[in-house]
Amino acid sequence: MLRYLAQRLAYYAVLLVAAVFLSYALASGALQPRTYFESKVPRPAAASVDRQLTALNINDRTPVAVRFGHWADGVLLHGDLGRTIHDTPVNDDFRRRVWVSLRLLLIGSLLGMLLGVAGGAWSAVKQYRITDRALTVVSFVLLSTPVFLLALLLKNGAIAAKDVAGHEVVPFTGYETPGLTGGLGTHLADWGLHLLLPTLSLALGGLATYSRYQRGTMLDVLGSDYLRTAEAKGLTRNRALLRHGLRTAVIPMSTMFAYSFLGIFTGAAFTETIFGWHGMGEWFIQSINEQDVNAVVAVNLFAAVVVLASGFLADTLHAALDPRVRR
Amino acid sequence: MSTAVGTDLLTVRDLRVDFAGPRGRGPVPAVRGVDLTVRRGETLGIVGESGSGKSVTALAVLGLLPGTAAVRGSVRLDGQELVGLPRDALAPIRGRRMAMVFQDPLSAFTPVHRIGDQIVEALRIHRRTDRGAARKRAAELLDLVGIPDPGRALESFPHEFSGGMRQRAMIAMAVANDPDLLLADEPTTALDVTIQAQVLDVLRTARRETGAALVLVSHDLGVIAGMADRVAVMYAGRVVESAGVDELFARPRHPYTLGLIGAVPRVDARGGPLVPIPGAPAPMAALPAGCPFAGRCPLVQDRCRTAEPPPAGTGGHLSACVRADELAARGPAPAEIYPMPPVPAAPPAPPREERAPVLRVTGLTKTFPVLSGSVFRRRTGEVYAVDGVDLDIRAGETLGLVGESGSGKSTTLFELLNLAKPESGRIEFLGQDTAALSRAAAHRLRAELQIVFQDPTAALDPRLPVGDIVAEPLRARRAPRELVARRVPELLRQVGLDPAHAARYPHQFSGGQLQRVSIARALAVRPRLLVLDEPVSALDVSVQAGVLNLLQRLKADLGIAYLFVSHDLSVVRHLADRVSVMYLGRTVEQGEVSAVFDRPRHPYTRALLSAVPLPDPAAERARERVLLPGDPPSPTERHTGCRFRTRCPVYAALADGRRTVCEQRSPVPAEAAPGVDHTAACHHPDVR
Repeated sequence: MLRYLAQRLAYYAVLLVAAVFLSYALASGALQPRTYFESKVPRPAAASVDRQLTALNINDRTPVAVRFGHWADGVLLHGDLGRTIHDTPVNDDFRRRVWVSLRLLLIGSLLGMLLGVAGGAWSAVKQYRITDRALTVVSFVLLSTPVFLLALLLKNGAIAAKDVAGHEVVPFTGYETPGLTGGLGTHLADWGLHLLLPTLSLALGGLATYSRYQRGTMLDVLGSDYLRTAEAKGLTRNRALLRHGLRTAVIPMSTMFAYSFLGIFTGAAFTETIFGWHGMGEWFIQSINEQDVNAVVAVNLFAAVVVLASGFLADTLHAALDPRVRR
Repeated sequence: MSTAVGTDLLTVRDLRVDFAGPRGRGPVPAVRGVDLTVRRGETLGIVGESGSGKSVTALAVLGLLPGTAAVRGSVRLDGQELVGLPRDALAPIRGRRMAMVFQDPLSAFTPVHRIGDQIVEALRIHRRTDRGAARKRAAELLDLVGIPDPGRALESFPHEFSGGMRQRAMIAMAVANDPDLLLADEPTTALDVTIQAQVLDVLRTARRETGAALVLVSHDLGVIAGMADRVAVMYAGRVVESAGVDELFARPRHPYTLGLIGAVPRVDARGGPLVPIPGAPAPMAALPAGCPFAGRCPLVQDRCRTAEPPPAGTGGHLSACVRADELAARGPAPAEIYPMPPVPAAPPAPPREERAPVLRVTGLTKTFPVLSGSVFRRRTGEVYAVDGVDLDIRAGETLGLVGESGSGKSTTLFELLNLAKPESGRIEFLGQDTAALSRAAAHRLRAELQIVFQDPTAALDPRLPVGDIVAEPLRARRAPRELVARRVPELLRQVGLDPAHAARYPHQFSGGQLQRVSIARALAVRPRLLVLDEPVSALDVSVQAGVLNLLQRLKADLGIAYLFVSHDLSVVRHLADRVSVMYLGRTVEQGEVSAVFDRPRHPYTRALLSAVPLPDPAAERARERVLLPGDPPSPTERHTGCRFRTRCPVYAALADGRRTVCEQRSPVPAEAAPGVDHTAACHHPDVR
């Protein structure tokens, strides 16, 4: 099993390098930092623009490969992601924002996964009963609601609740109450409350998608011979389902978890903007607007690492659940 | 150990099972009033065709039917009523008092748990034992069913076991708690014949060790004849006849039973045409009034169409037929009451040597690479799928190609159908070496070689009317419209179908009729050689007989040659003129069919033949068995010497000095006597 995982890890390392280079090339080609500087008032001299661009290592007159070389040098040797278009270190922003986003992404996707698996399995066991039909309707409504609409609805709901109650019931901006005093417990509770709505906006989408697939895989398992064998041995229906059914039904889902993470990441960009979270997603949208190549690449690097790490986790999960993939 | 043998253990009375039908329609019956009695320690065989309700009956006894099934009637185990108990109330009985062995060992174990853990679980559900003791017991059970190295086997996952090993482990798990009743639903249907013989043997051992009664559900009359004390024959959800095994096979009192016995080809005799039971079982959703067999019965009378006769009879021999007494008194042979197709008069054929060769294959090999690595795939080994096959088919003759799964039969077929240069060896078709064929020539030649596949429902496009299916090969060769219009009805008539049905779609036909459509399609371009890949193994016995008779008639009428691939030796004996036996990718014995079947020279052929159960209890008890140990070795290794050595009973019995040749030299086919059409690739042929 370790051998298998080591192989997968090596494979992901190669993929990561390729992904980062491609996104660097794409960002460098598509964004035009030169126009950003040229449109300043008063318009700076061409030579000065050139100098600034070169200093930031985003001069479009330097070949991409050379720029990438410089950038990669900085990343690999000094852990330096370069400078933003405002000539501040990218690392500062990165450090500040990465935990904000990770908190949201991890909790949101894990919750979506768990709810999706549980809901799907439940739905399959109750096939065509009222609970199954209700969950199906809810899932399809959620599936056809874009994340930004869902986030807005949640936020507006919280605002309406505030208007009715006369005070804030659930916080709907930012990730902490500014200037809050108190111990660790108070802070954690505050974080938790702030997390509630944004996390829901991400998790509900996950719940909807995963539960559909999980329902399908679970239905396959429900008709399987080995589940019948388990019952024939003398296990009750529920214990047979839990011990012999669910684990097999989750196996095909593990791959899906990994690759739907990217969708969640994209969704998080909207969620963060709507709920006023200063995370990676918000930064991404901002830096594209500002033609900030190095910041965009930094976000891409983050996304690539997260996606590949979740791919690796999915492989580990897959190998742990299914002895057939271990060698 | 059970107590008094002979008292009633399981009594089933008027068992009825209905499945919820499609929306807006009523429930569909599957079992319609079944009475069964199983005494302690005895074996009851339930025999029937697909859809007869035999498996549903077994599952209903265990209370394992899905929620869409409604069960009525009575099932009593030792006097305790089981019908009507909630599903989970049966859990303490299942696995402890009665246990089940399922059909498909490939899917009956949970793939993600170790074999040992699954057996230990079965033990610990019912009794408080600690893990260590349970593991020890599990190892003993695996040893009982003949699994080598039980300690290691406990640690294995199901996918690491072969089918036969899994079925053994399944039996071990079933007898883990010393049940009073074992139910086995087609326990050997998915297995090869030599493995079937092993597993049936294990089932006998397990029964002897536990003293359990056995309910054996099977479609195979041979298996039933060899295992059962009493037999119940099911048709359309009812028991139509039940009796002691000898009585039932010797003096059947129901025309259906009589027909079944006549429809089965036998490996120990080559007969004329088989008895086909006309028609197909009536659909359960729309059973006619009266006897459900009336529509197919040669003895039908008017009264049969009004009321369904209840099982009646004397001396424990019950038959649900109004003319049972008549049958009992007269005791006719199947052929006396069923209309027999005319025996096709074989045109006088010139001796074999004078007939033109159709296909000649020598030393054919085909290997597949074994790849590994996730990023960079690389070749790490080879599967020697076909490794020295010789075939020889002359005009108008049938060659039966026999071998167990993994022996390379299918790969051989695909190599032939390619009509291309083989990896090594030589394929000559109609006198032309396929290695030298141009693409155009291969395309022309392809019409001379057609194939009929095993499963007709998978081989025919469900969206084409059968007329178009049959016309397709003609259109592919750009046949003129008038020819197609004339040929299609002619072909359908030729295979015994109504040309008026050309506009119907495949789902409107039964399995047997669909296989006839496949045959018509293959015959459309008038091939010289028809490859039949297990053409009847997906069909029920009574339908199979009709298709086999058709093939025999077509051969006589058209003078076509067949390459008939089958795992069923009885069918091969019935149909083939010559037979070729394969083991692990190689031809081990070849020759005229009666020579090979009556005087097999290769020890593998002998074992294969002895493993085929006969549908005749007396003959089945009397016959000599050669049980092969273990499974065939992996085809990824190329063994030096004879590849059958690892399982060969002759090799095992040889003195050391005579073994060396088996270990060092791969045997080449040798004739039994100069000029005799019977070769065997064995260093010690004819040694017993």
